Amino acid sequence: MQTVKMVITGPFSSGKTEFIRAISEIDVVTTDREISSVAEREEKEQTTVAMDFGRITVDDDLVLYLFGTPGQRRFDFMWEILAEGMLGFIVMVDSAKPETFREAKSILETFRAYAPTPYVVAANKQDHPDAWQPDDMRIALRIEPEVKLLPCVAKERDSVRDVLLELLYTILEEME
Amino acid sequence: MPLQGNLRDFTATQLLNLMNLSRRTGTLFIHEGVPTGEKDAMDKEKMAPGEERARVVFKDGKLVQATLAGQKGDLVAVLGKAGKLNDQQARIIRERAKGASDKALAMRLIGANYVTQKDIVVSIQQYTLDTVYELMSWREGPFRFDESAQPDKARILVPIDLENVIVEGARRIENDEILRDSIPNLDMALKFPENPKEKFKGIHLSVEAWRVVSYVNPKNTIRQIAKANNMSELEIRRVVYGLQQAGLVDIVKPLTEEKPGAPTGGKTGKGGKTGKPRQPGPSKDVVTRLIDRIKSI
Repeated sequence: MQTVKMVITGPFSSGKTEFIRAISEIDVVTTDREISSVAEREEKEQTTVAMDFGRITVDDDLVLYLFGTPGQRRFDFMWEILAEGMLGFIVMVDSAKPETFREAKSILETFRAYAPTPYVVAANKQDHPDAWQPDDMRIALRIEPEVKLLPCVAKERDSVRDVLLELLYTILEEME
Repeated sequence: MPLQGNLRDFTATQLLNLMNLSRRTGTLFIHEGVPTGEKDAMDKEKMAPGEERARVVFKDGKLVQATLAGQKGDLVAVLGKAGKLNDQQARIIRERAKGASDKALAMRLIGANYVTQKDIVVSIQQYTLDTVYELMSWREGPFRFDESAQPDKARILVPIDLENVIVEGARRIENDEILRDSIPNLDMALKFPENPKEKFKGIHLSVEAWRVVSYVNPKNTIRQIAKANNMSELEIRRVVYGLQQAGLVDIVKPLTEEKPGAPTGGKTGKGGKTGKPRQPGPSKDVVTRLIDRIKSI
């Protein structure tokens, strides 16, 4: 049995758990804990402290695992461990929270430094009335034109599927 | 979709860059921040928009008008600030020209030999620039860009290229913190973007910016360029920040001699800044099977 791994990363509350939950064939194995910080509690009641874990079975010989990183910086010691051997990674960004863009860029750079692995950026929460347009986010995040920055609504399975496919196409292009 | 946020997360310089690159038309409103008592996603005090502090109007990515709250910003005020009209003249003209547009007033003033057309253009440009340079120093304040808010038709619009404004505005930044945030590592190098000739057309750089530009090469680190030009860290950061925000240079990993067989970094969309070799990954067949499976979901 061959297993491959993709990592879903991004700032706190950017939608990583939701993304994996939307597409995983198993209930996401999550290690959420109640949030201690007041500001973070306003965003959501629980946060991922170690990782989320989802699975997509391709056939008897191949399984894709999706790992979501903890969003809070104090757990960033986990990132490099999760990044080990990944096929590619997705950086989730909350399009409606420009205050997190700088953090998203910093996480992106950190992951780029771990391994020469293909990646895409998902502009999540595009259904939110305050969401920035992907083109504006590209400029704000200083994402190079060659890198895919994709509109995303992590609670919608089709949208998540499209982002995953785009990452796989990027991986395929790299191989070719 | 709205374009809104706070200057503490997205500086005025970055906003001007965004307006320039996306060739925006509309009005940017900057407000006083009113604490809401709540925290934002980064654990900072959430600010609601209070009184308007400034509005800046763009047309096709060019700056066409900027006024601070409490300023009239009409032609009489502009010429008064430029020293082309004294207070008494300004008062009389205002009384006589009640209701007239700036364009109509300009024609009358030129006809009466008060000012020349060039005086008017230069004064409006300077007024707009002074306003923008002032707001570029603001560190805090909710902003909102409204595409439907068009420039006041009564005003004379003098379009100004934003690249020069960004470079000059960055040169005036006194606060080291913004610069350190944007350029944390002086051991990175600089390279020109694609079509540099096109981008540098019409750009007016300071002597120190040209000195930096003359050393732009992925082999030279920013630190080395500073040393060669005898510039302090603050000075080099200021210049590089302006050039970068105006899209005239990109910050890249310095180019070093690579051992045969070592990874070259390849195109973007791929991680690996450290040059750490990629572990042997799955085959093309595996990726194709994954694609087929995901497609079927």
